[in-house]
Amino acid sequence: MAAPVTFPSSGAAFFGGVKSALTSVFFLVIMGTYTGIGALAHDFGLSPWWLALSSILVWAAPAQVILISALGAGAALFEVAIAVCLSAIRLFPMVVALLPLLRGPGTRLSDLVLPTHFTAVSVWVESLRLLPAMPHERRIPFCNGISVGLLGTAVTFGFFGFYLAAGLPPLLAGTLLFLTPMSFLISTARNAQMLVDRVALLLGLILGPVLASFDIGLDLMWTGVVGGTVAYALHRLREAAA
Amino acid sequence: MTATELSPYLALILVGFLPNEIWRALGLRLARGLIEDSEIVVWSRAVATAILAGVIAKLILVPGGALVTIPLFVRVAAAVCGFAAFVCIRRSVFAGVLVGEAVLLFGGFLFAG
Repeated sequence: MAAPVTFPSSGAAFFGGVKSALTSVFFLVIMGTYTGIGALAHDFGLSPWWLALSSILVWAAPAQVILISALGAGAALFEVAIAVCLSAIRLFPMVVALLPLLRGPGTRLSDLVLPTHFTAVSVWVESLRLLPAMPHERRIPFCNGISVGLLGTAVTFGFFGFYLAAGLPPLLAGTLLFLTPMSFLISTARNAQMLVDRVALLLGLILGPVLASFDIGLDLMWTGVVGGTVAYALHRLREAAA
Repeated sequence: MTATELSPYLALILVGFLPNEIWRALGLRLARGLIEDSEIVVWSRAVATAILAGVIAKLILVPGGALVTIPLFVRVAAAVCGFAAFVCIRRSVFAGVLVGEAVLLFGGFLFAG
C-alpha cells in the first residue's frame, strides 16, 4: 500500500490532485482521445465551442463519440438520447462506489455534487487508487483536482484536434479515436478483480456486437441486463457451492 | 425530429447532457443507503461492466469517423495485441494501450482501405 499522503490545506490537496492528473497515464490517454474527438467534431460539422461545452457537461468519451457521430449523421433525437443514456449506465455504480470514499463526518450533500458530476472512468480509477492513502478531509479537494486536471486536458486537446483535423491524415485520426475503446478495455480489465466483473466484461464484448447485428433495438440495454445477470448468477452459484 | 432541425446546443442538453447525467444523479441519490459489497451493487456493477464492454466492442467493430478507413481485422488484431501486452507486461495500462495503438498504426499503414 502507498504511504499516507498529507496536505497542509484543502488548496494544497486540490493542486496535488491536479498534479497527479497531469502525471497519470490518463493524461496521455485523454490528450489523444480528445484530439481524436476534436477531429471527429470537425468532420461532422460541429463548432469547437460546442465540443468544449459537451466535454464539460457530458464528460464521458463514449457518450460524446456517440453524440457527435449521431448528431452529425442526422439521427433521430430519441435514438441518440437512448444510445447516450445506455452508454452512461456504468456511471451509476461508479458514483455509488466512489462517494463512500469521499464522505467524511462533516461532509454535506452539496460537497458531493461536483465529484458526482466529474465521475468518469479515468477519474474513478485514479480516485479509487489514490484516495485511500489520504485523510478524509482532503479527499474531496484532491478528487476535484484530479477531475479539473483531466477535464482541462480534454477541453484543451478538443480544440487542438478540431483545428488539427483539416491537416490530419485519416490513419492518424483513426489511431487517436482508437484510444477510447483500447484504454477503456484495458482499464476495465484491470479494475475487474472479481470473477463476476470478468465474466460480465467477456459477455459484454460478445453480446454487444451480436445483439447489435440483430438490429433488435436497445441492444446495449439487453447486453447489460443479460450479460450482467448471467455473470451475477454464476457468481451466486459459485458462492453457494463454496 | 432529427438533430439538424434543432439547435446543436439544445440538442447537446436534451440528448447529451441529461440522458448521461441522470445516472450520476441517481448514483448520488442512492449511494446513501448502499454499501459497496451489497448484492444490488455487485449486480449493477456487473450490468454496467457488460454495457461498457458492449460499447467498447461496438466502438472497435462498427466505429464512426476516421476509424472506418482502417480495416476491421486490423482493428481487432490491435485490440487483441494491446490486451495481450497488458496481461504480459505487469498489467500495465500504458503498455497495453501503446502496443494496441502501434499495431493499429502499423496495420493501418499496410492495409489502409
